[in-house]
Formats: sequence, structure tokens, C-alpha cells
Amino acid sequence: MSTTVEELKQRSGAVSAKELAGDRESRATVGDVTVADPRMVCRAVDVWYGDKQAINGVSLDIGKNEVVSMIGPSGCGKTTFLRCLNRMNDTIDGCRVTGSITLDGQEIYDKGLDPVPLRARVGMVFQKPNPFPKSIYENVAYGPRIHGLTNNRAELDELVTSSLQKAGLWEEVKDRLGQPGTGLSGGQQQRLCIARTIAVSPEVILMDEPCSALDPIATAVIEELIDELRANYSIAIVTHSMQQAARVSQRTAYFHLGDLIEVGETNQIFTNPRHKLTEDYITGRFG
Amino acid sequence: MSETSAGGAPRPRTIDVVNASLKRRYARERRFRLLGLTALVLGLLFVVLLFGDILSKGYTALQQTYIRLPVTFEAAVIDPEGTRERETLMRANYAGLIRNALRRAFPEVTDRRQVRALAGMISVGAPTHLRDMVLADPDLVGTTVEVSLLADDDIDMLVKGHIDRTRPESERRVDDQTLGWVERLEEGGRVQKRLNTVFFTHGTSREPELAGIAGALMGSFYTLLLTLLFSFPIGVGAALYLEEFAPKNRWTDLIEVNINNLAAVPSIVFGLLGLAVFIGVFGVPRSTPLVAALVLTLMTLPTIIIASRAALKSVPPSIREAALGVGASPLQTQLHHVLPLAMPGMLTGTIIGMAQALGETAPLLMIGMIAFIVDIPSGFTSPATVLPVQIFLWADSPERAFVERTSAAILVLLGFLILMNLTAVMLRRKFERRW
Repeated sequence: MSTTVEELKQRSGAVSAKELAGDRESRATVGDVTVADPRMVCRAVDVWYGDKQAINGVSLDIGKNEVVSMIGPSGCGKTTFLRCLNRMNDTIDGCRVTGSITLDGQEIYDKGLDPVPLRARVGMVFQKPNPFPKSIYENVAYGPRIHGLTNNRAELDELVTSSLQKAGLWEEVKDRLGQPGTGLSGGQQQRLCIARTIAVSPEVILMDEPCSALDPIATAVIEELIDELRANYSIAIVTHSMQQAARVSQRTAYFHLGDLIEVGETNQIFTNPRHKLTEDYITGRFG
Repeated sequence: MSETSAGGAPRPRTIDVVNASLKRRYARERRFRLLGLTALVLGLLFVVLLFGDILSKGYTALQQTYIRLPVTFEAAVIDPEGTRERETLMRANYAGLIRNALRRAFPEVTDRRQVRALAGMISVGAPTHLRDMVLADPDLVGTTVEVSLLADDDIDMLVKGHIDRTRPESERRVDDQTLGWVERLEEGGRVQKRLNTVFFTHGTSREPELAGIAGALMGSFYTLLLTLLFSFPIGVGAALYLEEFAPKNRWTDLIEVNINNLAAVPSIVFGLLGLAVFIGVFGVPRSTPLVAALVLTLMTLPTIIIASRAALKSVPPSIREAALGVGASPLQTQLHHVLPLAMPGMLTGTIIGMAQALGETAPLLMIGMIAFIVDIPSGFTSPATVLPVQIFLWADSPERAFVERTSAAILVLLGFLILMNLTAVMLRRKFERRW
């Protein structure tokens, strides 16, 4: 039971009353999943962990220079979906992905496609800050170094500096680049991870609850950073905090038990949800 | 205990029930602690007993008795033609010089049998010592020098007090006549105990006073070096592949079960395998460090693989995800991030495996390491023996002097084992969880 592009086109904006009332038999997505200028296009993505299906026919576009947030109760599959976008799920035994995900028109689950360069184009920031147990400099320089992005030490120094500046961490660490990245505070560590990700100049940045381990002040810094990064990157962010989704994203997707229930402008989702489940979730009736 | 069900009686308060049982619970806890403490004390007691016994028997081997005599390097005996040729100096009758020196010290001894008994007080290795002195400095010929001559093992035991002088002659290894000579030498201050360098610089020998552990130590060194070279890369590689790259299916499960079982196989079986396969099929020379290392590699591999896999498992997955997330290939992820973090654990496992290999005797008996080899091995393919086998051989020898040498060799072996285990502990402490 997965939706095709044609079905979706027909459905968007014309969903039956039954579906809007939260009928679980229907797995159609409410709202328009497409954008005018997409960077990544996902169609009818199914994900299985062994025999258990974690994602049912999810279709979603990620546009250029926009932040898409994914919200939903725990276990709804938003992280699983996010990890499909840079084939991070490949590392999980028994995980199977079907459907189509393209990056700039290229199918990323093609047999011949190498996930290593893909991950250089689609970077990821994880829930728990996970800097390498190396120096701050080495953390940022690692990606460019293995991909051979710079020709000499001076270029690498400059790239590390600019990445740390873009991540808003430069002023705090410029005097101690040689110290271990694990010695920074949680918020600083997460910004270091963001700097590490943008050092390889990806096209898309995936963020998996990047602020869940941080205090409100560190969270505010990162949210501001996400807004700035939007100018150059496409960003998909999974978050538990609806306020955060409302603050940082242009579009919001609501997941429920492996289905993508509703997609829309963030404003519209939070002020005027069309699906019953979305409304229940954002008004705090469950989740 | 429970009175709650009794008719209309009010339910007792929880705190009363708890208080009532508290005493019993604490008593049980005290009993358990006492038991643990007893076990600990018993264990320590046995360790102390073991070490005390070995130490008390072995420490005397650090000293060796020498008899100081004025030896005249008579030109007529050494080099009658005065050519000073090396060949002549090598072949000269140095035992005769010692006999002459003894005869001068005991002028009353003239009987040939008695002279022979007199000469028996000096080790058969002493003439070699004199020869080396002359070869090093040919000008010694014609002079008289005070030389400390290595005493025979029986004299050594007598001087160290391991032979009871008060016992009747028939129950003593040293007869009254010799005892008298020794006592005269002692009164003259000619008997001295010096640091036993022979023990650390010589290979084994039939004569206890000439037997040392240098050969066995070098054998152990070559064997362990090769074992490390073979088993560490193979073990770490196997662990890395099984843990990080291999698909999880029935075959890898089978391999895993087999590796775990191999760790429990009696070591003599590995010896038989080595004999049949390495020596029998591949023709590796027997009783060499090479074949010993091959057998010990088989034996230590399971230990190293299991420890390495545990070390790899303890590296947090977030590190792998971080590396993969910036586009590192799986191998880069392992080599740059996972392996450095797992290395202390792997090294600990390897050192423990090496310590096991160092103390292993049984499989080496099967591949000919039990041979009596006097020469200190010079390489990986020269015949050798190893420390535990040397201990086994010496423990089998009847001479009293080998008892202290056995204990001393055990002390050396234990010293190395403790050193290796300490290194493992230090490594673990130093690199314990850095994230």
C-alpha cells in the first residue's frame, strides 16, 4: 500500500473527510509533499527492520535552502527516515529500504552508487554530540583530509577556521585548537560536530534531534546557527520539540507510526492542521 | 511473621515489619562478608606460602661459592716452546695448573686418589676460565695470580649450609676428608661467596654450578617475539573482520563458537597438532623457536581474538557513526577511529596471551623443546629450550644444587609474568575510556 506520484498529485488538497478524521486505514499524506525547487526527492519509501516495517510509503521533498522539520511521537520513524537520506541505515543489520530517493536527480539507492561520497554530500549531525576523541582542529580537519579537499596545510587551516566560524564556535576555541574536542561543553561539542559536517561542504545537512542533549541557551545558539546555515544548505531536522520546529523550519512533516501523515508550511501545520492526528499531537493530546 | 490475616487484628505498620526482619538481614550480610574475607585471606595465605617457599629456596642461587687460590701459570705446562700461539694456548692443560695450585695449598696430600679428590672440589668449568684468562692476556704466562675458582656444586652446597656438617659421613655427600679441606680453606679466608653471574650468562649444563638460564631465556625471548609477530596481526585482523565487516550469518556464528571453544582446548593438543602438521607435514625444524612460536600462536589466538572483539565492542557506536557521517569509508572508520580506541584493550589481551604463552610447557614438550641444549640459541631456527621447560628439566635432576636453581628459574619466570601482567594493568588504567 504505497502512494504513487500521480495519486499524490490528485490527493494533495483533496482528501476525504474520513482521512482527515484520523482513519488509520488510509495512509495517504495530507498536504503537498513536493516543492518547486527540490534537492532531494523521496517517493514511496518503505523501510523494514527484518520483518518489521518501520516506514510505510513515505514521500517527501527537501527543497534548496529550506529547513524541513520532522516531528512526531517516539518510534514514529522520523529518525529512520532521516537516516535513509544518507544511507546511514546501511550499517544496521537487516535493514531494507525500497522506493526511490534521489539527490539532484540521482538515485542514491542505486546498486552502483557508493555511499561514501554520498555521505560527503549529505552530512549528518547526531542526537548526542559525538566529537572524535582528538583535538578540536583534527575533528574539523578530518573530513577534508580524507576526501583530499585541500592541497596544503594553509588551505586546511583556512577551511578549519571558516568552518568553525560558520558554526559560531571560532571565538570560543580559537586559542585552544589543539585541545581535545571531548573537553568542550555539550553545546560547544554539538557546534563542533556541525563544523565538522560543514567542513566537507555538503549539499544537505541532516540533523537528528541536535539539541535534545543541550540546555536552552545552547539550544538557542544552535537554532540561530541552523537559520544561518539555510542560506547555503538544505537542512532536514528531526526534533521532539514542536517549538523548535516552529522556530527553525519553513516546512514541517508530521510522522505517525511509520506513516507521513501531514506535510505543510510550518505556519499552517501549527496554526491550522488539517489532519486529526496532527491536531491531536500539536495540541498535546498525545506524544 | 505475617499477622495481617489474623481475624480483625489491625494490619501492622510497615516499619515494624521491616525492623523485625532487619536484624536477620544484617546478620546474613555480615556472614557473607566474613565468608568473602576468609576466602581472600586463604587465597593470600597460599600465595604468600608459595612465594615464600620459592624465595627461600631460590635466593641462595644468586650466590656462588668460589675458592681463591694462587695459580701459577707455568710456562712449562702452558707453552713449553714459548711460541705463544693461540692454538697452543687453547690446548694447554689448565686442569693441571689447578691441581698444582691445590697441591701447593695442601702440601701433605700426595696420594694420587687424594689429589683427584682435591681437584674434585673445583668445578670442571674452572680450567676453561683459566684458559680464557690466558687467551685474553698471554702475558699472564709465567706469573702467579690469585684466581677465584668456581667451586664444585657439592662444595657450594656445603658452604651454603644445605649439607649438614654434623651428620655422620655415610649420610653426607661430602666425605670427612674433603670437609676438613674445606674447613681449612674457610679458616684461611679462601672460600668466598660471590654474585652468581654464571646463572644469568650460561646455558644449561650437567654440572649445576655451570648451569644457567641464559639459553632458556633467549629461547623464550625468540619464541615470544615470533609468537607476538604471528598472533597479534592475525588476532586483531580476525577480530576486526568478525566484529565489524563480516555478515552475521550461520557461518560466522559457527566460527565464533569454534574460537570460543578453542580457548578451552588443552594445550597439549596444540602440541600434538604442531608435531603432526608443522613438523610432520611442513618440515619445520623441531625444537626451534620457530615451531614453538607457531604452536603458541595457535594457542594464544583465541585469547587475543576474544579480547580484541570485546575491546572493539566497547568502542561507542557514535564514533563509528561520526566517521561514516563525514564520509569515511568503513576501513578508514576502523583504522582512524575505532582501532585506536580499542587498542589498549587489544594490547591487554595480547599481553595476557603472551604471558600464557611464556608459561606454557606441555605443547612444547611435544615439539622437541625438551632436548638438552647447552648452547645459547642464536636465532629463530637454532635449537632452543624455553624457561618453563628448563624448570621442568631441572626439577627432574637429582643434584641438590639444582633445587635452588629450579627455584631461582621459577622466580625469574614469575618475575617476567608479573611484569607482563602489570604492563597490561597499566595500559588498561592509562587508556581507560577516553570519551
